[in-house]
Amino acid sequence: MAYSKKVVDKFENTIKEPEKFNVGRFDPKELNVGTGMVGAPACGDVMKLQIKCEPKGNTHVIKDVKFKTYGCGSAIASSSELVEMLIGKTLEEAKEIKNKDIATALELPSIKIHCSVLAEDSIKKAIEDYEAKQ
Amino acid sequence: MTNLNLPIYLDYASTTPADKRVAQKIYEHLTLEGNFGNPASRSHAYGWTAEESVEEARAHVANLVNCDPREIVFTSGATESDNLAIKGVANFYKSKGKHIITSKIEHKAVLDPCRQLEREGFTVTYLDPNEFGIITPKQIEEAIQEDTVLISIMHINNELGTVNDIQAIGSLARSKGIFFHVDAAQSTGKVAIDLRELEIDLMSFSAHKTYGPKGVGALFVSRKPRVRLEAQIHGGGHERGMRSGTLATHQIVGMGEAFRLAKLEMESDNKRIAMLHQRLLDGIQHIDEIYINGGLDHKVPNILNVSFAYIEGESLMMALKDIAVSSGSACTSASLEPSYVLRALGRKDELAHSSIRFSIGRFTTEEEVDYTVSILDQAVSRLRELSPLWEMYLDGVDLDSVEWQAT
Repeated sequence: MAYSKKVVDKFENTIKEPEKFNVGRFDPKELNVGTGMVGAPACGDVMKLQIKCEPKGNTHVIKDVKFKTYGCGSAIASSSELVEMLIGKTLEEAKEIKNKDIATALELPSIKIHCSVLAEDSIKKAIEDYEAKQ
Repeated sequence: MTNLNLPIYLDYASTTPADKRVAQKIYEHLTLEGNFGNPASRSHAYGWTAEESVEEARAHVANLVNCDPREIVFTSGATESDNLAIKGVANFYKSKGKHIITSKIEHKAVLDPCRQLEREGFTVTYLDPNEFGIITPKQIEEAIQEDTVLISIMHINNELGTVNDIQAIGSLARSKGIFFHVDAAQSTGKVAIDLRELEIDLMSFSAHKTYGPKGVGALFVSRKPRVRLEAQIHGGGHERGMRSGTLATHQIVGMGEAFRLAKLEMESDNKRIAMLHQRLLDGIQHIDEIYINGGLDHKVPNILNVSFAYIEGESLMMALKDIAVSSGSACTSASLEPSYVLRALGRKDELAHSSIRFSIGRFTTEEEVDYTVSILDQAVSRLRELSPLWEMYLDGVDLDSVEWQAT
């Protein structure tokens, strides 16, 4: 598998310094936390994304993010990339993030586009969960 | 760690480096100053000496597995040997029967020719291994039909290192008058093979799994009882008509030298490898939730296939970039299927996805094993910290009860 240097660096940095790269978890029961988990062990990847938000004007802003990912190198790199994109965004802005943005940023090989799709789905699910609680 | 040559090569079951003594032999059979002739040239000394070298190599190959040199046919590798054995026998004896028995954990070089024969009107039974990765003689007995013409079962499985009882299967096949082919690509230099004792009709060998060059292998074709084959490659009638094409002298002498050394050094190699295997095993034993695929009781020590639960194999390999191993997860290729061999063992998907095959060889050192253990320890704990499945496991969640949202 010929990964771009970006995928390899992202992956390596994430596993070396998990805290710096937002690996971890929030209590999913907290009202200001939205959790999205997508994928399946049988498919070889599961992503769990959690956003912590606070209201700002008539919207909500993502203040902090935590994630955990089981999957191949590009799945882990994709989630880590997504997390960086999310912090400070409003929910509306976050919904605009497309898998293509992640795939382009990491130069994912075409057979790994699936990983970026999964990342996009995880943010959608996390926002859904958060909005349902409000 | 100063002497370590990174990445550490622990993928000997995939291929081995050629032994330096083998490389020297190969070099001696290439240039004008060397023995470069065509072994089929009858009219001059260049041909005669090349033929002598080939026959010497054939004797070394035969000697390792205790058969008559006339029973050895040189091919381009174990894949060609498997093709020649399976398609050759099936096509030659198709009036006798059109049913073949093999297993789900064979190498693709056996499975794909079987699939091809199915397209040509044969029927094939693919047996499941037991939990130890073994195909039992009883399973084969139950699968035998009136029209069974060939049984093809591997000796040592390339992913698991598990060893099938080819002696018992051979006796069974012989008693029923069914031809028996064994893919022994992983066996030479690892376990003793005595083809005068074993009731085997055809056996495939590879040079490059035993410190020889790539691109050459051999097929044992029994003379007593005689087995006939339909040639798959025509053009000159070399190798008694079974495999045409100018003999690749340099590769064949390389294989001969590699097999000669295997005979001489098998015992000492195996002793060292068994010690290194134990060292690796002792080193990883304390890691939670690991599974030895195929178990430890029915396997050769040079291969160790381990699943690290809740971690995906490809990411583990990326985290182990200083160690050259292979993953049972085919996520490394275009398909997202986990290893078909581990699937056939009945491993759950998440375990099949998380397997690593370590294979140790002649040049592996204690220092390399120790380094591997330390890197592995770190990689597994880092990836588990990142794994939502590991988190769920620690929280006591039953992963089978979760409704996954696969995309």
